[in-house]
Amino acid sequence: MNRAGAIAGRIAQIVPTFFLIGLVVFVLARLLPGDAVSAMLGDRATDETVQRITHQLGLDRSILSQLVAFLAQAAQGRFGESLAFRVPVASLIVERLPVTLMLTGMATLIALCLALPLAFVAAMTANRWPDILIRTVFQVGLSSPVFFVGLVLLTIFAAGLHLFPVGGYGEGFGEHLYHLFLPALTLALSFSAVIMRTLRGSILAVLRAEFVDFARAKGLSSRVILLRHVLRSAAITTVTLVGLHIGSLLGGAVITESVFAVPGVGRLMVDSIFSRDYPVIQALTLILAVLVSLTFLATDLLHGWLDPRTGV
Amino acid sequence: MMPLLAVRDLTVTFAAAAAAAAGPVRVVDGISLDVMPGEVVGLVGESGSGKSVTLRALLRLLHAAHIGGRVLWKGRDVLAMPDHELREMRGKGMAAVFQEPTAALNPVLPIGLQIEESLSAHTTLNAAARRRRAIELLGEVGITDASRRLGAYPHELSGGQRQRAMIAIALAAGPEILLADEPTTALDVTIQDQILALLLRLVADRGMGLLLVTHDLGVVAETCDRMVVLYAGRVAEAGSVADVFHQPRHAYTDALLRSMPGEGTARTRLAPIPGQPPSLGRPPDACAFVPRCGYTNPLCTEHRPPLIEVEPGRASACTAWNRLPARVPS
Repeated sequence: MNRAGAIAGRIAQIVPTFFLIGLVVFVLARLLPGDAVSAMLGDRATDETVQRITHQLGLDRSILSQLVAFLAQAAQGRFGESLAFRVPVASLIVERLPVTLMLTGMATLIALCLALPLAFVAAMTANRWPDILIRTVFQVGLSSPVFFVGLVLLTIFAAGLHLFPVGGYGEGFGEHLYHLFLPALTLALSFSAVIMRTLRGSILAVLRAEFVDFARAKGLSSRVILLRHVLRSAAITTVTLVGLHIGSLLGGAVITESVFAVPGVGRLMVDSIFSRDYPVIQALTLILAVLVSLTFLATDLLHGWLDPRTGV
Repeated sequence: MMPLLAVRDLTVTFAAAAAAAAGPVRVVDGISLDVMPGEVVGLVGESGSGKSVTLRALLRLLHAAHIGGRVLWKGRDVLAMPDHELREMRGKGMAAVFQEPTAALNPVLPIGLQIEESLSAHTTLNAAARRRRAIELLGEVGITDASRRLGAYPHELSGGQRQRAMIAIALAAGPEILLADEPTTALDVTIQDQILALLLRLVADRGMGLLLVTHDLGVVAETCDRMVVLYAGRVAEAGSVADVFHQPRHAYTDALLRSMPGEGTARTRLAPIPGQPPSLGRPPDACAFVPRCGYTNPLCTEHRPPLIEVEPGRASACTAWNRLPARVPS
């Protein structure tokens, strides 16, 4: 099987995906209740002004030509001007997106750091007390809603102990890390519970696999068997899960960013929906969807590298 | 000559895993056998007779099982070995080949690595030497174009090649005994013969002992010097293959041989053994073969007949051992 060709094919799949995402975003924005012009101008606008603005925004053209114009502009990274902020949408997003990406990245990193070693310990001590303790604690993390965990962490570590800021983003990379730690931890808790449980289950399943018995029959040390034979196979299912979950983290940032007053795209999205800021909504949905697709692509490639049977 | 492998009164007991089973289940109940250098011993029995469990018990590969008795590898008790000696013994003293190469080979690691890691565990060869040795081993088991095959993953090989690769892995550390668990059952008939011929050649070349677990009497007849017949986790009879095939000394062996299609005799009627092997939950104090046996007498149900030496080199646990008909060679 030609592996390079399969990889190129998988990457090529992303192009029609992007087109479909663009189409869906365009249609969704038109289906939203309310209309942008009255949202912009308020109740006291004259009919004449309404008509002028409608024309200016191109909203009086046919839906098809609006679509073509939208896709052509979007492909160049131009999303027009925000109706609410009166600045180019692109500059709004460029300012906010890194915040959300950093939050998501930190959350993923924290989740992996928590989940990987603990999954390992839990699997090695299956159904004895360390395993039961780990699973119980993670079960609490998994079943608590994000906004609740966020508020609890805020109350204890920010308002109570003053270890962390209550909100905001700070200036410079160091301060960003400091400000984003609590929101990232909030996102990481339920994420790590999912990773821990999956990986623990996979490790236990792989430990019972015939090839592990065969590896033992060869006289390999437990360390080689665990690191080379068990973890790699167990990682295959976990990698897919982590990839899918990062996608939903990007969307889940909406709540966390609101709780911690983090100026990321999640909050921008909420604000834009309330003010019917179509260009911003469209651009954000499009960019988030593209980011999620790219995460899935990376997941598939990593999965293919771990598991040669998939041929990707 | 001291046997390479001497098994004495081996028992394997699993705690009742299923709710249906009442109490612990003894799957292997007092098996003894010897393997000499250069000797091929067949361990024969139906599904569930305990033959595969026996093989895994010899290497202590079983999960959550209690193993009793003694497994002496060159006089050292495998069951009492500390972990580091056990690791040393596995692969180098006794190596194993399993039934399903697809399951036994790690699907995400290349074949070459799976050979070389055995070499890393048991030799001091450096990376280049390990690679050369892996190529030699693949050549020795009949895989052509070995240097290119090192990077192949198991799914890229055919079934026969996978089995050859597994044998190459087992041979890597130069074991003195090879334990083969139904090594040809998953393969086509033509490939089966090739693999058996390969195993016999390796035994002859290296002076290895081979313990061949199989349900196939045809394979035993072709390859083994001696055979041990298992029924319900116990030895029914043991002896040289020629003797057992000529004159079975256990009613079960007799029935087993009758159920085997004769070579060259077209369309003779086979005589399947009626009934099912017993469940192993609570064996009664009687011969386990009684419900399916044509030679039953009151002694069989009074006590379980012990395994006794009925002739030099022949052991039988059957009260009818001297009343069984000799077989006419077909």
